[in-house]
Amino acid sequence: MSKYYLGVDLGSTTSKAVIINEKDEIIGKGITNTRANYKVAADIARQEAVYDTRFTLLNQNLRVESGLPENIEDLLVSLDDAFHFLEFDIRLQKLYNEFLKVGKSAFDNKLSKLILAELPGLIDQIRPQIKEAYLHGGLARKSQFFRDVVNEQYTQAVDSLETEYFEKFMLVFDKSITPVENEMIEFDFKQLATDALNMLLEAGDYPELTAGSKLYQKVAKQIQIIADEKIDITNMVGTGYGRALLPFPESCIKSEILCHAFGAHAVFPNTRTVLDIGGQDTKAIQVDGYGLVTSFHMNDRCAAGCGRYLGYIADELNISLNELGPLAMEAEKQVNICSTCTVFAGAELRELLNVGEKRSDILAGLHRSIVMRAMSLIARSGGVHNEFTFTGGVARNQAVLKYVSAMIHESYGEDITINVHTDSIFMGALGGAMFARRNIDVDLPEKQKRSRAKAV
Amino acid sequence: MAQEVTKEKSMLLQKKMIGGLFDELAHVKESGKKVVYTFVPGNLSELIRAFDMLPVYPEINALQSGMKKRSGGFIKEAEKLGHSEDVCTYVKCDVGMFLNGNKGPADTQIPPPDLLLLSYTGCFTFMKWFETLDRIYPGVEVAMLHTPYQEDGKITPEMRAYMVKQLKEEVIPKMEKVSGKKFDEAKLKENLQHSADAEDYLVQIFESAKHKPSPIDGYFAGVYYIGPVNIGFRGTPEATEYYKQLLIEIKERIRLGKGPVTPEGEMKKERFRLVVEGPPNWTNFREFWKMFYDLGVVIVASSYTKVGGVFDLGFRHNPEKPLESLSDYCMTVYTNHNLPQRIDLLSKYIKEYQADGFLVNSIKSCNSFSAGQLMMMRTLEERLEVPVGFIESDLVDPRYFSFSNIKNRLDSFFQMLEQRKIILNQKTPVA
Repeated sequence: MSKYYLGVDLGSTTSKAVIINEKDEIIGKGITNTRANYKVAADIARQEAVYDTRFTLLNQNLRVESGLPENIEDLLVSLDDAFHFLEFDIRLQKLYNEFLKVGKSAFDNKLSKLILAELPGLIDQIRPQIKEAYLHGGLARKSQFFRDVVNEQYTQAVDSLETEYFEKFMLVFDKSITPVENEMIEFDFKQLATDALNMLLEAGDYPELTAGSKLYQKVAKQIQIIADEKIDITNMVGTGYGRALLPFPESCIKSEILCHAFGAHAVFPNTRTVLDIGGQDTKAIQVDGYGLVTSFHMNDRCAAGCGRYLGYIADELNISLNELGPLAMEAEKQVNICSTCTVFAGAELRELLNVGEKRSDILAGLHRSIVMRAMSLIARSGGVHNEFTFTGGVARNQAVLKYVSAMIHESYGEDITINVHTDSIFMGALGGAMFARRNIDVDLPEKQKRSRAKAV
Repeated sequence: MAQEVTKEKSMLLQKKMIGGLFDELAHVKESGKKVVYTFVPGNLSELIRAFDMLPVYPEINALQSGMKKRSGGFIKEAEKLGHSEDVCTYVKCDVGMFLNGNKGPADTQIPPPDLLLLSYTGCFTFMKWFETLDRIYPGVEVAMLHTPYQEDGKITPEMRAYMVKQLKEEVIPKMEKVSGKKFDEAKLKENLQHSADAEDYLVQIFESAKHKPSPIDGYFAGVYYIGPVNIGFRGTPEATEYYKQLLIEIKERIRLGKGPVTPEGEMKKERFRLVVEGPPNWTNFREFWKMFYDLGVVIVASSYTKVGGVFDLGFRHNPEKPLESLSDYCMTVYTNHNLPQRIDLLSKYIKEYQADGFLVNSIKSCNSFSAGQLMMMRTLEERLEVPVGFIESDLVDPRYFSFSNIKNRLDSFFQMLEQRKIILNQKTPVA
């Protein structure tokens, strides 16, 4: 039986889980937004990683089958997308039920009737759009979570009602979303994956996939096999800002500094310096040839310049976090931002807009200023001597990446190799999983007995 | 002094000595003894004692107020008076203590100074501190002893002559004036012999940490060990007696293979040995120590315990050359070392005490200690390939001790040491 190892990185903004095999290969990843209930966040991330693992195994099994069309990989991506939509849809149904409850209880009779009358229509309006975004827009791969997805669509839908009770409708959402988000739902993989396959069949995007076709039968059969496969997690390690709150034994909790470095080093073995910008920490880490940390520096006392800072700025501009980077990339110049405090930066931003500076130019300056803070940490940690790897959620922001690359080259030489992995946000969880695999082999017998995890 | 543990004889001796000093200070009106305010690095304890005067160390009062959780209030008082947030918190704590009636950490009255003896060594804030005290106590006698910084890493005959000249022409005459006593060289020589004896023991005490497991913690417990020499007992037979007794106890610990005594109890298993640079945090001292204790981390050597003299590099007070030896003492304390000398000393510690890592506790409000620490850390990392860590706190301002930030960094640092041990023992690359 295959052995699997799990790493969970409970960050301040997102929770990530990675499952690796005995060759340190990532075979499953899961991500969700961190919420007040850390355990649920960790469980959902882990559950997603397990489903993702099953999809990886499905892919592996089907690849060795003969007589399948060349675009089988695309079909499996679509199957995964449909699967995620179905997961979403089950939670949306729960949200709708919660909407009805709140609609009945939170208002007087007249208003309640009015709201309840509109709710079914609102759901009918947003569901097809979201379904389309999952099936043909790759929504599942955009790190937008249930709350964000529904919030965006629901707000638009309520807006289109042009009702004087806009705030009341938003109250229904605000009161309903948290309990639904915090509910751990056990999905039936076999059922959901089969439904997803049928959904693809109905959609007709793959002409070869017809009812009763060989392709259909082979995929359906493999779904049955994979769904019955036991995915045993031999050991696991938790890391990240919320690691102390994870229900893991103490020996299975590791510092995120070590995990990020280990993960980044595993993916890019020549890495000697790692910069990780997460939700509330910026870490500059030096590693040796083994991927072991030799020294590190972290922001102290202030988290301006981290992911949460960008989130605050996005809120100030009333745009989504994902739009910040692209907007900054449109800049023609960089406006100088002096504030080292998040709240003051918000005030400075409004002032600059007021004097007529363009949003893109202000954002460019803002991105540059946070990278300058990170550069100071890198310098304090010992600089960049060899390959440099950038990890964490913020590494996906194109504008941050642009300034990091420019400043690293400017300060440490044009020949420095800069690595950013598409899964940069998962590096901490990957490092955790790798430690989980290694800790099995090392001399910690009593601790290991306690830390052996149960089958998922 | 560790609390809630069996007090060893040396602990009781120290308690008695320090209690006695504060008691004497509280009764100077009756005894007519004169009081000299001075600082620990480069202090002239033997000379003060030769005039039968009593020393007061404002920074010791400040750190003890910190340990007794009083410094936060004192600092606020000083800030109300206009001292900025960035001013050395020892200074603000001292000013605040004065504003609160100058009750010392032992709850006894600290008398006003008859002499401000400024032998500033490596810290220029000392000068500003005494300027403040000069305003608080108008008309008080002030004696300046300028100690040349070891810019080139060595002491020249000219530097020594310059110091001796100041002692002869500035310090001793002022002491004679204040005490009303004639300078008695024979008394000074006698005191210097006591110092040399105590210093011999002190060196053996700190070097006992070369044993594995170390019988002492050379930082958290070390700050107690340097208590008597840094609080005015250098040059007294009591100090020699204390160190003799302490060494007996430590030798016994070595014989029994025991680890250090800590406030949480005896350290059972030594997992990591560290060398630490920088003063400890005082407001959360026990909590801070516990973070190390909980993970079996022993500090085998530290630079901070050498601010009152780096005796392990060979310096001893010498009765044969009294004023020259006092001069050399002032010039050789840790804070008067230049940065390459500090690096060499730390490097020697890391090697000779077989440390697993090097940690800096950088002090937010102490520029003189913090300057150069990152450079020192980098150089040691490159020179010795030793894992290094960096944390930040403050001396006595409780607002700057962030438990979770420090814990997070220390956890990472200790895990880093552990992982290195495990993986390097396996001896094959892991990725």
